[in-house]
Amino acid sequence: MPRQKIMDMSVDWLQILDPEGNVDKSLEPALDTEMLEKFYRTMVLTRLYDEKAVKLQRQGRMLTYGSCLGQEASQIGSAFAMKPQDWFFPAFREHGVQIARGIPMKNLYIYWMGSEDANMGLPDKNFMVAIPVSTQILHAVGAAWAAKSRRQDIASVVYFGDGATSEGDFHEGMNFAGVFKTPTVFICQNNQYAISLPREKQTASKTLAQKALAYGFEGIQVDGNDVLAVYSATKAAVEKAKSGGGPTMIECLTYRLAAHTTSDDPTKYRKKDEEEEWRKKDPIKRFRIYLEKKGIWSQDYEEKLQKEVTAQIEKAVEEAEAYKPEISNMFNYVYAQITPGLKEQMDELSGIIVKKKGN
Amino acid sequence: MAKINMVQAINLALHEEMKRDPAVLVMGEDVGVDGGVFRVTEGLLDKFGSDRVIDTPLAESGIVGTAIGMAVSGLKPVAEIQFEGFTYMIIDQLAAHASRIRYRSRGLYHCPMVIRAPYGGGVRALEHHSEAVATFFIHIPGLKVVIPSSPYDAKGLLLSSIRDPDPVIFFEPKKLYRAFREEVPDGDYTVPLGVGKRLTQGEDVTVISWGAMVNVCQEAIEKVKEISVELIDLRTLSPLDEKIIMDSVKKTGRCVVVHEEPRTLGLGAEIIARINEKAFLYLEAPVKRVTGYDVPVPLPKLEDYYLPGVEKVADAIKETAGF
Repeated sequence: MPRQKIMDMSVDWLQILDPEGNVDKSLEPALDTEMLEKFYRTMVLTRLYDEKAVKLQRQGRMLTYGSCLGQEASQIGSAFAMKPQDWFFPAFREHGVQIARGIPMKNLYIYWMGSEDANMGLPDKNFMVAIPVSTQILHAVGAAWAAKSRRQDIASVVYFGDGATSEGDFHEGMNFAGVFKTPTVFICQNNQYAISLPREKQTASKTLAQKALAYGFEGIQVDGNDVLAVYSATKAAVEKAKSGGGPTMIECLTYRLAAHTTSDDPTKYRKKDEEEEWRKKDPIKRFRIYLEKKGIWSQDYEEKLQKEVTAQIEKAVEEAEAYKPEISNMFNYVYAQITPGLKEQMDELSGIIVKKKGN
Repeated sequence: MAKINMVQAINLALHEEMKRDPAVLVMGEDVGVDGGVFRVTEGLLDKFGSDRVIDTPLAESGIVGTAIGMAVSGLKPVAEIQFEGFTYMIIDQLAAHASRIRYRSRGLYHCPMVIRAPYGGGVRALEHHSEAVATFFIHIPGLKVVIPSSPYDAKGLLLSSIRDPDPVIFFEPKKLYRAFREEVPDGDYTVPLGVGKRLTQGEDVTVISWGAMVNVCQEAIEKVKEISVELIDLRTLSPLDEKIIMDSVKKTGRCVVVHEEPRTLGLGAEIIARINEKAFLYLEAPVKRVTGYDVPVPLPKLEDYYLPGVEKVADAIKETAGF
């Protein structure tokens, strides 16, 4: 036969909890009450942390900030599927993952208030945010390579958005991961917009997950507003990675309910109706219904939780606002040892500061 | 002690350091089975295996970005970029990430990696294979830029670069790869980063250069025997050894900077600015530059006109001495 089909590929879609809070019992992950409560608590905490950040920015107390409103399930579900020893490489919108991974909220606020000193408080295996799009994907592949070559029980999990899938580093990273079968989990937060560019103008591919197939490994699309689906898919991918099964790409289909950042005005490029449609699929709301059916959630439960979480956020903000970085940090961490040239520039700046204070 | 060329000296350094430190690995295009297009990594795959000598897919940013992930995980990758003309693709990973990992994390993470790349003209190569591109990298804070000019220094500087806790880009003058041999000891020795070397002692004119141009300067000095020239090989372009420059210029009061990189904003411009700041009153003549022109490096039929040659350098020394 001179011409025949030599490949047949497909991409799965996974949803466990639908927008109305109905669960597919055959797919429901075995999570105890403690874990379910942790999921819920962290989702609520993330939402309030995020709301607070936007407010602080509006009051001139923070830098430009990219809200993760609406993406809490994608972030918390995947974060809790990792172990502390697994590498986490964020983009810049992964506040929920950072909180779930135990990065102190105080440090998150310090960073977005304008100091790299915040990163001193990162627990091991948590990398700094990546503002350039897709560059961090390669770092995750390298860290995975290192773990594999040293036979360590570590997976490397990297986050990026739909826009990143158009960047060269995404493709180079996916290709390296496929060739070397590295224990990498690629988590695409497909929130439908790269600033103003809608998903369908980013790529002609039907899904983003299918891009993994071109690099020789599995891609799966999950309902990114379903914390159970995201958790299950990520857990499976992390376990596969650690057992030598190679990389996986997980496309979390979600929606950025807020603007790209506090400097952006989404009314220029999308309709309110569309946002309203997605609000109906709110990740926290559906998980709340699920917990209520399980007898975990109640109105009292919610009030108590909100109160606790709000106090925690207020404390973090207060501590962050009190933080003042050392000026010398600007020079001291460029190299392991300050160079004579940098020492001279640091002294020059100190001289100027002393002189100003003298006046 | 054997007399070997620069390719052999770099190869020796890699063999010795990979044996000494199991965290060191070599990666890049054709570095394994092929031993590198210049044979710099020959024999490493057989000795150390494919976990430590990695033939990567063809993707420069991919190589450097992956190396960053390895470096922050405790490995010490030595990544080869096959030609300097393909280093433009790695600037993003170096400038946006490798060079500022220590800074951004306030020392929590660091990125001990070396990027090796052949550079420079005079070998009758194709387009994008004859360029001197160090200037781009000198402008990246947090990155070190090293260029050896001899087999001995190549080995000692590479060992220092691999052991350095910060990222280093190591440019190898391909014109000198097999140009001459010299005695290079087996076994461990290092040449410190950030420290230049006085190759000749002189009283009349200081000549500052690096890489393949050092050889050109040495030939030029032979042509102006009546002038006492102090030749300095910077060896590390960033961080700059300012002391060796000022000590010499304060003594001679005259200086010529010779580099293959294009003139505008080349390191020569910075050296002259610093001489103005620190040794202006010692000067007897304007500091002169002999450099590549501000044009794309031409193909071989015009290349010799582009490169600073022996005649151009000798004339510049004479003019400066006679000013």
